[in-house]
Amino acid sequence: MDGDALIQIDGLTKRFGSFTAVDHVSFDVDRGEVLGFLGPNGAGKSTTMRMLAGFMPPTSGTARICGHDVQTDSVAARRMLGFLPEGAPTYPDMTVVAFLRFCARIRGYAGYGIDDRVECAVDLTRLEDVLLQPIETLSKGFKRRVGLAQALLHDPPVLVLDEPTDGLDPNQKHEVRALIDQMAPHKAIVISTHLLEEVEAICTRAIIIAAGRVIADETPDELRARHPSGRLDEVFRALTLPEEERDAA
Amino acid sequence: MRNVLTIARRELGGYFATPVATVFIVIFLVLQGTLTFNVGGFFDRSQADLLPFFNFLPWVFLLLVPAITMRLWAEERRLGTIELLLTLPVTQWQAVLGKFLAAWAFCAIALLLTFPFVITVNLLGNPDNGVIAAGYLGGLLVAGAFLAVGAALSALTKNQVIAFVLAVAVCFVFAVAAYPIVTDYLSQSTPVLASIARRVGVIERFGDFVRGVITLPDMIYFASFIAFWLFVNTLVLDARKAA
Repeated sequence: MDGDALIQIDGLTKRFGSFTAVDHVSFDVDRGEVLGFLGPNGAGKSTTMRMLAGFMPPTSGTARICGHDVQTDSVAARRMLGFLPEGAPTYPDMTVVAFLRFCARIRGYAGYGIDDRVECAVDLTRLEDVLLQPIETLSKGFKRRVGLAQALLHDPPVLVLDEPTDGLDPNQKHEVRALIDQMAPHKAIVISTHLLEEVEAICTRAIIIAAGRVIADETPDELRARHPSGRLDEVFRALTLPEEERDAA
Repeated sequence: MRNVLTIARRELGGYFATPVATVFIVIFLVLQGTLTFNVGGFFDRSQADLLPFFNFLPWVFLLLVPAITMRLWAEERRLGTIELLLTLPVTQWQAVLGKFLAAWAFCAIALLLTFPFVITVNLLGNPDNGVIAAGYLGGLLVAGAFLAVGAALSALTKNQVIAFVLAVAVCFVFAVAAYPIVTDYLSQSTPVLASIARRVGVIERFGDFVRGVITLPDMIYFASFIAFWLFVNTLVLDARKAA
């Protein structure tokens, strides 16, 4: 294991009663890596990301961000983290600019620093035209971009984005991918997605998780090579479906 | 403290961004006015004080304060913003305190807007304004106590109706705890509980303020009552934030 990886997850486990949602998941993410987090619905993707963000306490195991344990040193860890929760929740009554200014203030910026960070985030996510609109009046695509702007605001070394392109139209998806691509060299990025083409487009590495366990952790090219067709969706199906269903499909 | 104030400011802005603030303040003032002037017999008493006003105040708070607190955490949970708020670099204490202070400041604003009562009574006679000020301080502390209870209970659920009903019920218990009818009953069955009940009754404590008496035990009572429920709030949040 590399000691200075920005994200270090070791034996992370989450049980709800007798149900094991995440089962001894371990991986590291270095600066410059874009990790695609794949898996069927209910596989434990969001639960893993919530634990990584320090929102949900793990049953066992540890997660570290820039060396800070997310449980014991959570505020320091969260300073280094930009997190887009599932569904990109934001405060619907607030205007875009008020919401982003709130996030900047709570991230410790003051005065011109706030204006500066908000302007930068708005620029990256192209929110200029809707700054003064209440978030509840925005389309789904804009709402997601507001969530993204919040995550990018403080230029964190670690980004954890839960389905960042869900609900965006093809052009917006392309923009977000370009944005992630542009930031990739300086950060450690984890994105969860259902879109396999997204993994091929931007990820340097892919983890497939099913029933809470990591079942593949390699580059998209290596993953593709697992199936004679060379297609990721075939590989995904082969890895995540039980034998009999796979034949029927 | 900076984080607490940032959260409080956002929260307080949220009240005024929606009709919540207007509806609450209008209903509060109408209710207090009707109860004081009509039911309380403010004019018939021919006394220059605000006793009828203060007599009804805790009961109006009992009904309306849970309406503020029911959304405090339940709404964050429903919208999913709790996940956003608690993954920002703030501690849970700061989030709990920020939300509480915003709600308290909002109650203070509503209470301040009852100033026409004070003007009225001063025009009609020569009331002891020191006693009235003490009554207002007591009213603010009662609101704080009910808010702290309601906020903690709101963290239990994403259903606002449940949060409201629970808060009214628990606040009611603490409101009447020191009433003779309760303590008499308790002293027959379990004397230990009776002596506790006599100490934790919110309305009895408030009564001291209304008489113009501000004592250290009363202040300590309200401070520890609020602190206790805010502490419960953080515990509930910790245990159930991801549920």
